[in-house]
Amino acid sequence: MTTSKELLRTELMPHMLCPGCGHGIIMGAILRVLAKRFENLDNVVLVAGIGCSSRIVGYIDGCTVHTTHGRALTFATGIKLARPELTVIVVTGDGDGLSIGGNHLLHAAKRNVDLTCILFNNETYGMTGGQLAPTTVLNAYSSTSPYGNTEPAFDAAKIAIAAGATFVARGQAFRTDALEELIDQALDNDGFSFLDVMTDCTEYFVRKNSLGHGSDMLFTQGLVNEDIQADLAAGPTIRPADGWPVRDLQKTGVLHQAPRPSLSARLSSKPAGQTR
Amino acid sequence: MVERRLIQGNEACAQGAIAAGCTFFGGYPISPSSEIAEYMAREMAKAGGVFIQMEDELASLGSVLGASLAGSKSMTATSGPGFTLMQEHLGYATLAEIPCVVVDVMRLGPSTGLPTSPSQGDVMQAQWGSHGDRSAVALAPGTVEEIYDFTIAAFNVAERLRTPVVLLFDETMGHMREGVTLRTPDPGSLWHRPIPPQAPGHMLDAFIPNDEDVAQVPDFGRGYRFHVTGLMHDERGYPTSDQGVAAALLDRLERKLAPVEDWFPPEEYLLDDADVVIVAYGIMGRVARQAVDQLRAGGCRAGMFRPTVLWPFPARTVKKATERAKVVVVAEMNAGQWAIPVEQTMQGRVPTVKINSLGIGVDELCEQVTAAAFTEAGVA
Repeated sequence: MTTSKELLRTELMPHMLCPGCGHGIIMGAILRVLAKRFENLDNVVLVAGIGCSSRIVGYIDGCTVHTTHGRALTFATGIKLARPELTVIVVTGDGDGLSIGGNHLLHAAKRNVDLTCILFNNETYGMTGGQLAPTTVLNAYSSTSPYGNTEPAFDAAKIAIAAGATFVARGQAFRTDALEELIDQALDNDGFSFLDVMTDCTEYFVRKNSLGHGSDMLFTQGLVNEDIQADLAAGPTIRPADGWPVRDLQKTGVLHQAPRPSLSARLSSKPAGQTR
Repeated sequence: MVERRLIQGNEACAQGAIAAGCTFFGGYPISPSSEIAEYMAREMAKAGGVFIQMEDELASLGSVLGASLAGSKSMTATSGPGFTLMQEHLGYATLAEIPCVVVDVMRLGPSTGLPTSPSQGDVMQAQWGSHGDRSAVALAPGTVEEIYDFTIAAFNVAERLRTPVVLLFDETMGHMREGVTLRTPDPGSLWHRPIPPQAPGHMLDAFIPNDEDVAQVPDFGRGYRFHVTGLMHDERGYPTSDQGVAAALLDRLERKLAPVEDWFPPEEYLLDDADVVIVAYGIMGRVARQAVDQLRAGGCRAGMFRPTVLWPFPARTVKKATERAKVVVVAEMNAGQWAIPVEQTMQGRVPTVKINSLGIGVDELCEQVTAAAFTEAGVA
């Protein structure tokens, strides 16, 4: 059996992620699922946009493409339609996938293009220095919300469900076993699968909001997880001095499953020549 | 196969794409280019390809680049506002060396402008629209038949040099119907992207150039595992912040386009003894050619130079065509965009006059050329 280490481009180590960042944990989960499912990644394409999350595809020894800011899903759509036999995975961030690339997420979900989109949601723009993201919670501080955020956060999963994604789940860097299971199920779905994954930017979001260390913040993922919250009541509670919650209360696990024919299936069901 | 047909410029473009082996079209509706997407929507499936209407022009070109990475000859078509939105991906395609054809049926701008009016206003945008120092390839057909031929040629250049190729024509040419001879190209004459010589697998040399300075990047799904990025990269395709590597890469990307000038000979009309050389491309070339006849009937030794490749700027060809001229007149349907490099090429040797309009007829062009020739060079 292939090990996840065999799927790494070790010549590129050390990686560029910061200490305490949750992205490497998610990448590890992706690698373990891929190692379980594939002998090699000759026919697996990992498509990324721009941002910290998007840099991880470069470390994976598959067919990898680091595209432009927000547009990974558009490249991925072209790749999948041109060569439907390939497994296509999109790695994006919350700014990349929900702000600059929000429209592409809506349309990829609507089309039910057969690929898996994994959104690394760290509530901030890490690569550019911790600016406000569409997923930053109300009142949180960032380098472009120095008085506290005045806008509520997007719920990425609800957006994907509303737009027509056929498999939607929320995972956490906090719980890799559950995350691996979700990635596996997402890859099984014949259509557009969307995963919103909680992760933390320790260098900017956590520091700016005085939220402790990476490990403390990782623990808050458990605290806002409706499913395991009760079990963690004895652990540390992380709240800034003025008391706003650092994360919205969110459900995790599989949130939505509504199979319907994928874009490739619908395209191949139209006989050429019958036009109007 | 040779076929004689009466067709519209936009349809000739779509037919040329199919003849060239295009199997992916990602588009977004915009006047005056929409007929290209409509034709491809109907014909791509019959040709065993894929048509998809994307959510905007950023997505159109994104899908085209994705399909090209997966091995399809890919194309999109748009007009000014959409072409503007595509600029980032044009820069990406240049740096990541992804073959594609982008058709810009030019309309009057800026902004929404006059969506159904012809213009040549995107000439500078085709070269300088994307950020950074970047050499573009832009072709300018002058007849409906040339639109067909140049679309095929655009795919050949894109594949051979792994670069985006822009086809520039205007609303009039896109919507004009002409009798054309469509020659199905001999399959052996069609270029395909260079195949990497190495064995499949983990690849550490995907961006090592061949003897034409073109990276031999494999298609996704052919057993090669490699990385593509819009960051400055080394010959492995991996990101680097080494400025020396970046400079060498930019230099190679420019160098590989040098032969394009020789692949697209200009139309030269009565240049041998011409005192006045009218430089005009696309639809303006047709006006200029008639103006030359009319000017000569009136005793003025005029000639025409119609370039068919606008970028990279064909400096050698322009120099040669104007070496005996006493005055050079650049007639464009914009405020004098291509006249800028023409004037630079003249280096003050002879006066360069700009004639610019939103649309000009033969008589008016003759009048303006006559006046300019007399004022600037004493040519009557």
